[in-house]
Amino acid sequence: MLNIKDLSVAVEGKQIIHDINMTIQTGETHVLFGPNGAGKSTLLMAIMGFPKYKVTKGSISFKGKDITGLSVDERARLGIGMSFQRPPVVRGVTTRVMVSACLKGRKDGDTIEKLAARADLQDFLERDINYGFSGGEIKRSELMQLMAQRPELTLLDEPESGVDLVNIALIGELMNDLLEKNCPIAERRCMGLIITHTGHILDYVNARTGYVMCDGTIGCVGDPHEMLATIREKGYNECIKCYLGRIPLHE
Amino acid sequence: MSKIKTSRTYDDKAKAALNKAAAYGEDINLDNYVNPAEKLPYQEDPSKLAAKTKKDMLGAGIILDDPGLRSGTYLQMDSTPVHFSARQEGIEVMALSQAIEKHDWLTDYLWKAVPIDSDKYTANVELSDNDGYFIRALAGHKTVYPVQACLYMAQAKAVQNVHNIIIAEEGSELHIITGCATASPNEPGLHIGVSEFFIKKGAKVTFTMIHNWNPEIAVRPRTVTIVEEGGLFLSNYVLMKPVHSLQMYPTARCEGKGATVRYNSILTAGKGTNLDVGSRVLLNAENARTEVISRAITTGGNIVARGYIEGNAKDVKGHLECRGLILGEKGIIHAIPELKGDLAGIDLSHEAAVGKIAEEEVEYLMARGLTRDEATAAIVRGFLRVDIEGLPPMLSAELQKAVAASEKDLM
Ligand SMILES: Nc1ncnc2c1ncn2[C@@H]1O[C@H](COP(=O)(O)OP(=O)(O)OP(=O)(O)O)[C@@H](O)[C@H]1O
Ligand SMILES: [Mg+2]
Repeated sequence: MLNIKDLSVAVEGKQIIHDINMTIQTGETHVLFGPNGAGKSTLLMAIMGFPKYKVTKGSISFKGKDITGLSVDERARLGIGMSFQRPPVVRGVTTRVMVSACLKGRKDGDTIEKLAARADLQDFLERDINYGFSGGEIKRSELMQLMAQRPELTLLDEPESGVDLVNIALIGELMNDLLEKNCPIAERRCMGLIITHTGHILDYVNARTGYVMCDGTIGCVGDPHEMLATIREKGYNECIKCYLGRIPLHE
Repeated sequence: MSKIKTSRTYDDKAKAALNKAAAYGEDINLDNYVNPAEKLPYQEDPSKLAAKTKKDMLGAGIILDDPGLRSGTYLQMDSTPVHFSARQEGIEVMALSQAIEKHDWLTDYLWKAVPIDSDKYTANVELSDNDGYFIRALAGHKTVYPVQACLYMAQAKAVQNVHNIIIAEEGSELHIITGCATASPNEPGLHIGVSEFFIKKGAKVTFTMIHNWNPEIAVRPRTVTIVEEGGLFLSNYVLMKPVHSLQMYPTARCEGKGATVRYNSILTAGKGTNLDVGSRVLLNAENARTEVISRAITTGGNIVARGYIEGNAKDVKGHLECRGLILGEKGIIHAIPELKGDLAGIDLSHEAAVGKIAEEEVEYLMARGLTRDEATAAIVRGFLRVDIEGLPPMLSAELQKAVAASEKDLM
């Protein structure tokens, strides 16, 4: 279970998100909507624990443990994994090295080659990670690394943006696998939090909870399919208005 | 071995240059070093050298216990060639002094590529006791295993004057691994090495040099390579150990159509190490190609990383890549890439970057579960990894080994 309580986060001295509350039960996948600049990526980066994203208030706990003070790698080893919206190029470090780092500590027979084949990235293993990768290739490479890592909490930052229609099915399949869509809820051990603008990926994951984020706060919580329909029809402005007229949801 | 006698004109030219400082690097007072006094005995079986000496040499990639891994061996201590042998037909490995006696044409090659009056160091080699290796592949002969050469500084506070000639005759293939090492871990010394390479039509030479000096040694190599039509020169240089002062700017001249030159250098400098190292390629013939790649890491030392490509003929192509990494709080890397071209159809480019390891990159790897130290190590390892096209797998592996052996010292 992931439990976020009254969380406020500042980046380089600027307060970006305020008083966020969120609970993701084991086996659940939640979806985060919101206009550009709302603070969605910031929330994910704060959950992952990047030092630039300073928690100024509140706490994050994972599997019953307060992780607010843990470093990025400690959180990763505890079972949190993230796909980046814009991961850096690391010259000299090959995709193979990244996947093998992710596989570290796992002994269930997944191999680098098998994973590369699944993500259709066989020819990328010897290339420097993210160097000259197209937008869609970056997305697949991020998911391949997560497949190697097998986190219990998967954070996906716009996994489908910039991906063509054929590859979206492939990405959906990988997400599906990561988040154990085909496994009965009671038996799932994985959870997910996904940022999306298009909603295409809703077809591939079992998500029953969605949030709309505006100006660093969570506006509403509800069924993600309904939310998407409202956003599509009326835009975020309507959503914001709706939110302004309501008392923010708190646990 | 005695001094190699060249002509009277050479003598005069050398004398005139005896006080000529080099264009780059700290000016070294040659009077601070003595000429090695002792003549060392010739060693028929190099595996019988002292265990300590063999270990020093192994640190620079020289294998003496398993001769099957090498096509030939040349060992020089101070100014004395103490062993030379070739194990493959068509390959000659000997002391230059001996080679001159054997081949009367060889004097024509002396100072043909490197100007004798380049600076006081080349002049000093000519005017002092010197010797060096002569390695030659006869036309059409190809080495299976590399030829190894070691220049070993045995006596402290001495100058080692070296003059090497390497000739790859038409259509031959020669792989050379050279290592330099010192007996003392901390006594000063000066190594001056003149190397002249002649790569004939369609020949290929790979030259892999691993330096293993001590923190008080000054080094002034002077190297020029002439590559004829369709020839290939692949030079790899690795310096992972401390040295006091090293300045070199080896030059390759592509004089024949389609000649190709690749330089790869890996340089590291800790506190007290001063490096001024570059590679220069002159593309003087149609379709000549070059790639010059250097990686420099400072953990407190000073590095000037130079690179120079000049295009003087039609359809030449060259790329220069200079990347520097600053680990720790001190240390300077000054990358100076230069390109010169004035003809149409010349394609020259360069890429230079100097900086610390980006925090964002470290964190990216940490997000995959690596600790900060593991992530940093992976990035440094990646930085030092240069894929060397055309290098035989065995040499490639030895190169990686030399780098890996010292990686830990960097962290
Ligand atoms: N280093 C920084 N300094 C100042 N402001 C920042 C910094 N980093 C992020 N921000 C701001 O924080 C806000 C939230 O950014 P964030 O990346 O979380 O948005 P997002 O919801 O993911 O948007 P998008 O849909 O465009 O990806 C933006 O206005 C952004 O400009
Ligand atoms: Mg974002």
